[in-house]
Amino acid sequence: MLIFEHARPERVNAAQLPAQDDDLYDIPESLRREAKPGLPEVSELQAVRHYTRLSQQNFSIDTHFYPLGSCTMKYNPRGCNDLAMLPGFLNRHPASPPRLSQGFLACMFELQEILREVTGMAAVSLAPMAGAQGEFAGVAMIRAYHASRGDTARSEILVPDAAHGTNPASAVMCNYKVKEIPTDDQGDVDLAALRAAVGPQTAGIMLTNPSTLGVFERHIEQIARIVHEAGGLLYYDGANLNAILGKVRPGDMGFDVIHMNLHKTFSTPHGGGGPGAGPVGVSERLAPFLPVPTVAEEDGEYRLLTERDRPQSIGPLSTFMGNAGILLRAYVYARLLGREGMQRVADFATLNANYLEKKLVEAGFEAAYPARRATHEFIITLRREAKAWGTTAMDFAKRMLDYGVHAPTTYFPLLVPECLLIEPTETEDKATLDRFVEIMATLREEAQREPDKLKGAPWTLPVRRLDDVKAARQLDLVWSEGGETG
Amino acid sequence: MSNIPQELRYTETHEWIRLEEDGTLTVGITDHAQHLLGDIVFVELPEEGEECAAGDDVAVVESVKAASDVYAPVTGEIAAINTKLTDTPELINQDPYGEGWIFRVKPMDPEDYDALMDADAYQERISEEGE
Repeated sequence: MLIFEHARPERVNAAQLPAQDDDLYDIPESLRREAKPGLPEVSELQAVRHYTRLSQQNFSIDTHFYPLGSCTMKYNPRGCNDLAMLPGFLNRHPASPPRLSQGFLACMFELQEILREVTGMAAVSLAPMAGAQGEFAGVAMIRAYHASRGDTARSEILVPDAAHGTNPASAVMCNYKVKEIPTDDQGDVDLAALRAAVGPQTAGIMLTNPSTLGVFERHIEQIARIVHEAGGLLYYDGANLNAILGKVRPGDMGFDVIHMNLHKTFSTPHGGGGPGAGPVGVSERLAPFLPVPTVAEEDGEYRLLTERDRPQSIGPLSTFMGNAGILLRAYVYARLLGREGMQRVADFATLNANYLEKKLVEAGFEAAYPARRATHEFIITLRREAKAWGTTAMDFAKRMLDYGVHAPTTYFPLLVPECLLIEPTETEDKATLDRFVEIMATLREEAQREPDKLKGAPWTLPVRRLDDVKAARQLDLVWSEGGETG
Repeated sequence: MSNIPQELRYTETHEWIRLEEDGTLTVGITDHAQHLLGDIVFVELPEEGEECAAGDDVAVVESVKAASDVYAPVTGEIAAINTKLTDTPELINQDPYGEGWIFRVKPMDPEDYDALMDADAYQERISEEGE
């Protein structure tokens, strides 16, 4: 039921407060609205109940196992939240002068330094407000770098066919043409195709390593050499940084630009659209182009560097410096873990993924890359189940909801038919993983015996199977009286 | 089994091509392709009069699963587009070789048509894919 359907005319959104006269005396007559705004007229209690009920119907990391591949839905430690919500941080105005923001700026400076160290890059900016904006900033820096050298013939960005869809989108946003590079049958970039594709038109390559196929790109040094020799730059999509945190550094692999999704690897809350944080790191030669502001420290004093200090910067990306509250949570998380803890993240993320993959294969499922060791995530393909019983990856995903597990990522990457991309993360225990294997085995039995149980799922949730075709074809979401949409 | 009409020509990228009496080529995506994509929800068409080279992506077909480029099979000029697809993209699912055609191209070199794959070669190509 929509909140509009709870509404009744003239019902006001207050508890038992006596009615008050509208205090409009200082608004000129001509500026006062005549018609009521189209808001639902419900009581305060109704509004509370409505949204509490909606939140109870939701799947979240706080309520359910959530092995959504590539998204790294790990537990967000409550301590990070508590410290980021200290009154000194909450009440700080973003425009307050640096001398009144030294505590906050110190945290941001240290976060820059921690991210610089853990990625092996020369400099970091926290400015991007999300991963996609980090990508945009990264590609914009590649463009600015080539332009600063008068090297304007470089018009192409190379993107492996396994890439996240945001990679080609970011390249196009920065006015580059995208050339796709195929992947070989072991999940590595096809080096022969890469050699054939590079040239004086190559501005750079965007790579995710570990790749979206859940395997480590073994030829990374050769790829770096091929692209660098052609005069191009290497862009690292940090979506899968969780697997290698504290183990191996993108800077050491030869990358020139990297964005990190703090809302993944550094465990800040995400899902449902943010807020995110997508800091960028760069090698020495790209440092002048970093987005502003960044934080500098001189004699124990912290201050923000702007375009005045960094004239070659690609500029600011928002009014202030990134999502401050999210950056603080990531800072606390990084400090809680320390060097040793970060390595444990990578250890247990990969251990959990490999354990789960092995158990699922034992339960009869087919791994997409059986010859490869998984990183922090892995892919199973349900093509056999789809062929034999007509039960697709989507049917498995929907039926899983009935058993209280959020479905893994489905149908991505596009290279693998009927796939589930599964990422358990390091914060789940063995019992949870074993329970997931049990559920998957049950689903497989159901698929064989009563495939309709899968095809009609979910059965137990407030909303049944959605008509995704209708949802994509009719995009009208505006409620209006009498059920008319428009 | 997917339907592969004998009288049409095909590409590696799952377009079909029909030679019209006026020498233009009608292009759509094959039954096999529409089946792989699933329910089509959006089609982005080229513009009439646009020039294209063989292999250029000239249209986009989007399903609930994925978005997929449609490539020009030959070099030439876009002679017509199927505007019905804008409101009823499902025609590609319902009638891929008829009402679901996507665009018509006037080839620069009419002999390019003869170089395209015939039905048997396409049949072989998709059995290799093992789908």
